[in-house]
Amino acid sequence: MSGRPLQKLLWPRLARGLFSRPLTDAAPSPPPEIAAALAERLEQASQRRLGRSLAIRQVDAGSCNGCELEINALNSVIYDLERFGLRFVASPRHADVLLVTGPVTRNMREALLRTRACTPEPCWVVAAGDCAVDGGVFKGSYAIEGGVGDALPVDLVIPGCPPTPTQLLEGLLALLDAQQPARAKK
Amino acid sequence: MTPLAIIEAGAPQDCRPHPRFLLTRPAWQALTAALAVEEATDLLSLWAEPGMVHAALWTAGRLVLASCPAAEGRYPALSPARPGAVRFERMIRDLWGLTATDGIDARPWLDHGRWPAAPPLAARPAPVPYPPPQPEFLAVEGEGVHQIPVGPVHAGIIEPGHFRFHVQGETVARLEVRLGYLHKGTLSLMLGKPARVAARFAGRLSGDATVAHGWAFAMAVEAALSFTPPPRALALRAVMAELERVHNHLNDWGFVCNDAAFAYPHARCGVLREGVLRAAREAFGHRLMMDRVAPGGVTDDLTPAGIAAIGAALGKVAEDIPALRAIYEGHASLQDRVVGTGIVAPSLVARFAAGGPVGRASGRRFDARATPGYAPYAAARVPVLAAGDVDARVRIRIAELEESLRLIEALLADLPAGEILAPLPQRGGEGVGVTESFRGECLHWVALDDGGLVRAVFPRDPSWLQWPLLEAAIEGNIVADFPLCNKSFNCSYSGVDL
Ligand code: SF4
Repeated sequence: MSGRPLQKLLWPRLARGLFSRPLTDAAPSPPPEIAAALAERLEQASQRRLGRSLAIRQVDAGSCNGCELEINALNSVIYDLERFGLRFVASPRHADVLLVTGPVTRNMREALLRTRACTPEPCWVVAAGDCAVDGGVFKGSYAIEGGVGDALPVDLVIPGCPPTPTQLLEGLLALLDAQQPARAKK
Repeated sequence: MTPLAIIEAGAPQDCRPHPRFLLTRPAWQALTAALAVEEATDLLSLWAEPGMVHAALWTAGRLVLASCPAAEGRYPALSPARPGAVRFERMIRDLWGLTATDGIDARPWLDHGRWPAAPPLAARPAPVPYPPPQPEFLAVEGEGVHQIPVGPVHAGIIEPGHFRFHVQGETVARLEVRLGYLHKGTLSLMLGKPARVAARFAGRLSGDATVAHGWAFAMAVEAALSFTPPPRALALRAVMAELERVHNHLNDWGFVCNDAAFAYPHARCGVLREGVLRAAREAFGHRLMMDRVAPGGVTDDLTPAGIAAIGAALGKVAEDIPALRAIYEGHASLQDRVVGTGIVAPSLVARFAAGGPVGRASGRRFDARATPGYAPYAAARVPVLAAGDVDARVRIRIAELEESLRLIEALLADLPAGEILAPLPQRGGEGVGVTESFRGECLHWVALDDGGLVRAVFPRDPSWLQWPLLEAAIEGNIVADFPLCNKSFNCSYSGVDL
């Protein structure tokens, strides 16, 4: 290959790299106290998790779909989850994290519990969104359990209606941070 | 007699701006008979309150409401004349305990047998026996037919629902959708609340259409109170509603491409959409603009910085559409998947009165911004295609996306000055609100008591009339094309699960 065509290819690319900003956002840093609290919880459960990566299975347990929109946005190029070792998976059998949204409707309770039963230990359960935290605006309805914690033990809550992708990412990064000291001690 | 003549012979009730007539049981019976022999009248909604059912019909270019007392808990069914009535009738029985006499499907719908007492909105709900019954699915006969059950928990980040496929070889013989998993008791939570509080639930019926639903509810309340919101509030509502259309249409376009193994448009649409959501946050303080529409106006005013943010985000969208369109149209493998896939016949769309891109891709020219129309929309262009396939539904969205960019630009260039939120008068009334969401028309009906509290309400999501067509669209297609069909519909689960 002669130099000219290569230059033709290379120069515009270099120029773009120099003068345009990357699409991806810089990483947010999760609040250290959350990571510390999670690490302690790990310790108590004497659960050991290996590696700095998490496979996430999302479960909609009654959401209005607002939370799903933001979780989908988190999955976009802008946030580029894989650089952190975070990845959404299709099956609970492949998951380390259940990311649960919604106030847990009575009609979804069994499906949620069965999904949890399919998820191998150790498993983090994250309640994302005000509804998942305690029922949110739907509190008091005949049709809901009242929050993920009323159906399952929850490790981390991420409030917000809906939580922004950045808030969701902070929460997930806190889980990753929490795993670090647990691994280092072994 | 025409359906309209039968309805108008009823006793007029004070419902604004679209009239409601109270029919006797024989008159309602006559209405069902008239509907069975004419096709021009669309059934848009069917709901109830204790002791009474209500229907919303679109006939002769007008929206009219008709009511029938449900003596002894029964009323004559509309489903033999209008297939779109089936799920409403099942829902009415589950929530209010009223039975459609001669209805064509008596199976439960929202009620999975797991609520503590049922029917939850009836005067006296009774405890429910345990264990919950197994769901029944329609049978399919034929050699080698087998079933594929999918859900309620799906593989992607989407809402829960159960899909029961009957498959012969690779070909879908029948799909039956079972929903209700997201039933949150929304109606019960709205009852007895002041309009402004109840609005929070309207805005969470389907989060992706929070602005359109919030607006339809506000419009119904304002109509009930004969109150006109400030002109600036109306313009800002339209800006938000069009931003909502833009971010959702980008999302759907990207996802359809992704399901046809074209990741680039999906990635690019995701970037553009994120820009729009960030601009919405900058402009209105919330990425999805939830709770920004309130009965009486809007809660957040637009500043010059907000206008600039919207302009910048939409500028990028406008800049990228031609390239994305070229990719979408220029790749044979992509076109191969979308053209001729998931066809819905125009006659079927007409029978179900499906709105939104689903309806307009199959020749049904209905867009609430044009008919019945509402301020501040003057003349919205309504793109219509006839092919009814995945491709047509995508193309309608692309055309609407471009139209929304134009509308927002025009709205921002000419924003009226003045206040954005006015106090609501303290009185009762009954009203209807119709807005066009990215998915189709949102139709809200509300009755307020003299203290201004919600006495009865029904927010109807457009998906009610689209879900049954998804079942039709996939028939005769291969199972592998289902995700593509499903994305091209993008019906709301939460919106119909209430
Ligand atoms: S937290 Fe808000 S956005 Fe999320 S499901 Fe609940 S109401 Fe919807």
